[in-house]
Amino acid sequence: MIYLKLIWSYLKIGLFGFGGGYAMLALIEREIVGPGWVSEQMFTDIVAISQMTPGPIGINSATYIGYVAPDMAGYHGILWGILGSVICTVVVMLPSFLLVSYTSHFITRHKESAYVKGVFTGLRPVVVGLIASAALLLMNEANFGSVTRDVLVSISICVISFCLVYFTKIHPIAVIVLAGIAGFILF
Amino acid sequence: MNIYLQLFTTFFKIGAFTFGGGWAMISIIEKEIVDKRKWIEREEYLDQLAVAQSLPGVFAVNISVAIGDRLKGMRGSLAAALGTILPSFLIILAIAVFLTPDVIKNNGVVSAVFKGIRPAVVALIVAPVISSAKAAGISWKTAAIPAVVALLIWSRLPVVSNPILYIVLGGIGGYIWFKRDQIRKEAGR
Repeated sequence: MIYLKLIWSYLKIGLFGFGGGYAMLALIEREIVGPGWVSEQMFTDIVAISQMTPGPIGINSATYIGYVAPDMAGYHGILWGILGSVICTVVVMLPSFLLVSYTSHFITRHKESAYVKGVFTGLRPVVVGLIASAALLLMNEANFGSVTRDVLVSISICVISFCLVYFTKIHPIAVIVLAGIAGFILF
Repeated sequence: MNIYLQLFTTFFKIGAFTFGGGWAMISIIEKEIVDKRKWIEREEYLDQLAVAQSLPGVFAVNISVAIGDRLKGMRGSLAAALGTILPSFLIILAIAVFLTPDVIKNNGVVSAVFKGIRPAVVALIVAPVISSAKAAGISWKTAAIPAVVALLIWSRLPVVSNPILYIVLGGIGGYIWFKRDQIRKEAGR
């Protein structure tokens, strides 16, 4: 049953998604591209759509994947999709409710404690690794093409986009729009 | 206006107008909650922020739950969290209905546009690798940890490619490291 599998996956994402949206991507990729609910390309497209619309990536991806995954599993029709969207979005939020209500006092009281600090210090390099793994996972044929010309154009777009994001103050949405225009002209 | 409705509309506004996820929200939430509504003191906001950042899950949801909970308990946190996610939920649902995987694949223009966008998305994820490494104080010496984590997850090998493994290991490792430090300090005293 696709809905139960979605609940299990999004529960894991909500419970272990440390370090913000980008760090969650590796976990989301594993949980949803792994079982084949969406293709690798679709996953990248969802990230792009998340960037261009308001709201956090964790919620946006849950809503979108909740909608398309039932269709891929044979539950066709808009209502099955909406049901999936609601389920995934609610489930990914569920751990937040429990954790915030039950642990916020503990964390506030012990935030200066060496042990609490230790746990979060230990997580920091892992979060960097998680973001890096998401970047590595997306550097694939599905996103860069297989024909030599396509690959070269894709790499150029990637390098230029990186320079724009990293070295200038240009907004990520503007970079995506520019890349979309470049894609329209070049592909 | 009813406090629950106020919580809902305030966070709805925040959810509807912040692009780029949680981090962009921090100063906007502060302005709305601390300066305008005066619901909590700045110092307490910073405490809640620390909690929301250290817990797993979607940061924007965590901070709205924390503030809603602080003001009105469980029902307050429900109102705040619902407000935060509803704008993106509705927008993404509308996009999902019309921009299906088939449309992206089969419409020539949309397909070409997305072919251009995909490599840019990769670049958008590479950039925070570097900035988060700097923020975490990763040096060339300690860079091996994130590098190994990234490569093993990327490898898709059974067990070792699971991101959850490294989150658990990182937490436990940090705890043990600090505990050893603590014991050493006490022994030296």
